[in-house]
Amino acid sequence: MSKHNIVSHLKQRKIQDVVMSGRRMDGRGLEDYRELTIRSGMLEKSEGSAEVYLGKTHVVVGVKVGTGTPFEDTPDEGVLMCNAEFTPIASPEWEPGPPNEDSIELARVVDRGLRSAEILDTNELSIIPGKLVHIVFVDFYVLNYDGNLIDACSAGALAALMKAKKQVYEVKEKEPVLTDKKVPLTIRKQPIAVSMVKIGGNFIFDPSADEEEVMDARLTVTFDEDGNVCTMQKSGSEGLTMEEIRKCINTAAAKAPEIRAKVLASTK
Amino acid sequence: MSKKGKKKTQWSRVDGREYNQLRPIKIESGVLPNADGSAYIEMGRNKIICGVFGPREMHPKHQAKPNVAVLRCRYHMAPFSVDPRRSPAPSRRDQEISMVMRSALESAVFLERYPRASIDVYVEVLEADGGTRCASINAAAVALVDAGIPMKDLVVACAAGKYDGRLVLDLGDYEDKKGQADVPVAFMPKLNKVTLLQMDGVLSPKETEDCVALALEGCKQIYEVQREALKKKYGIEKKPEAEQVAPEEAAEAEEPTEEAEKAEEDDER
Repeated sequence: MSKHNIVSHLKQRKIQDVVMSGRRMDGRGLEDYRELTIRSGMLEKSEGSAEVYLGKTHVVVGVKVGTGTPFEDTPDEGVLMCNAEFTPIASPEWEPGPPNEDSIELARVVDRGLRSAEILDTNELSIIPGKLVHIVFVDFYVLNYDGNLIDACSAGALAALMKAKKQVYEVKEKEPVLTDKKVPLTIRKQPIAVSMVKIGGNFIFDPSADEEEVMDARLTVTFDEDGNVCTMQKSGSEGLTMEEIRKCINTAAAKAPEIRAKVLASTK
Repeated sequence: MSKKGKKKTQWSRVDGREYNQLRPIKIESGVLPNADGSAYIEMGRNKIICGVFGPREMHPKHQAKPNVAVLRCRYHMAPFSVDPRRSPAPSRRDQEISMVMRSALESAVFLERYPRASIDVYVEVLEADGGTRCASINAAAVALVDAGIPMKDLVVACAAGKYDGRLVLDLGDYEDKKGQADVPVAFMPKLNKVTLLQMDGVLSPKETEDCVALALEGCKQIYEVQREALKKKYGIEKKPEAEQVAPEEAAEAEEPTEEAEKAEEDDER
């Protein structure tokens, strides 16, 4: 993702030309997704898990449900936290180290989608108000990078959370007692993120790593199952016109149900 | 969007504003003597100061780009800017805002004029009251012009959202936290391009579009405030205020403004 180097300038031209002619480097149409495969519940140690293949992009999502103290301003609410890990095995350009901008953006955009849609009932995650609540960690592990991580992780997060279980605590004499019962988390909404990337003057879905490298702008829109918008995030330096934004929202809205159907099928 | 019929008496916002009314806003440019350009903004109870350094040599050098300047943004909140005190270490939120600020500002700057250089935009939030990212972008755009950096356009930002089931402009902290949605938008008024667009909450696609349109209305009002701030600093128009500017300062200031104005005109054509 090193912009402005000589190679990417040449690549940019080529990719732009191809996109402007209504096609893609890999032969797809502008609005085609690569093959999306989702498997869920394949890990045993984590409370919920999912694996997403989107073309060559490969992400593993793990959900761990722990306990901890609630935030001061929300003493009777559990916590949902997302984190993205760009492992150095995923791309020759990635190095070990603290999270960079892209991984922070990825985690936060997916996180905001889940949070805005109120996917979990945070009150239900409370054990002893002010003292102990469930904390749901959603970790995205990128194993192979070939673009469009936001859409892949968003789909994976929903699948993993739908599979996730929490341990039941009983409160005896104001003290929490761990039981050996496990119950699934209540999933109230099904948010799905759909990203569009602007290259030249055209918008494409599901960008590959090369396309992402040369993109002018990206708009990610997250929809719940009622077709409402839960999160938007624009990135990339190029500006968008009002007309482009309107078009993006409408075309993305049509795409979200397709992805959601695959997620739901994987959790059956 | 709600029409004229909505009377104040029937429904009013927590601070008594109309649905499409901005909070009081004040921008001052050239407030930091050591910075190449600077601006201070008060937007509601937000108090934010921004300093711009550069174009200057990139440090560390390997981050320099051979064909363009690199715009670096750092958004930072003072520990005392919110309740309770926050750690001064940059949070993930700060880093994301730094990133979207850069995206919002980058396309307005003629970066290709300064290959290998860096332009650093530092934003310090002294007091936060909802909508800090928009206020920061407004200050940063003014500070960039103040630094004499050639710009294609100003960048102006404003949020709209949904509170109490209605679309409202420029949400304050309370409306932001209790509301159903928040849509911050940054906009280049002359180029007519949206450079920052985020959204949190739940809105129908129609409401989302209306929200963006409402935010753009706010942007257009703030644009005038930004222009006034720059004119005031450089003693353009408003004669009485021009006299208050120290003669040396005015002379010094002359050159960069011309450059910036010229750049703006260039682009208008």
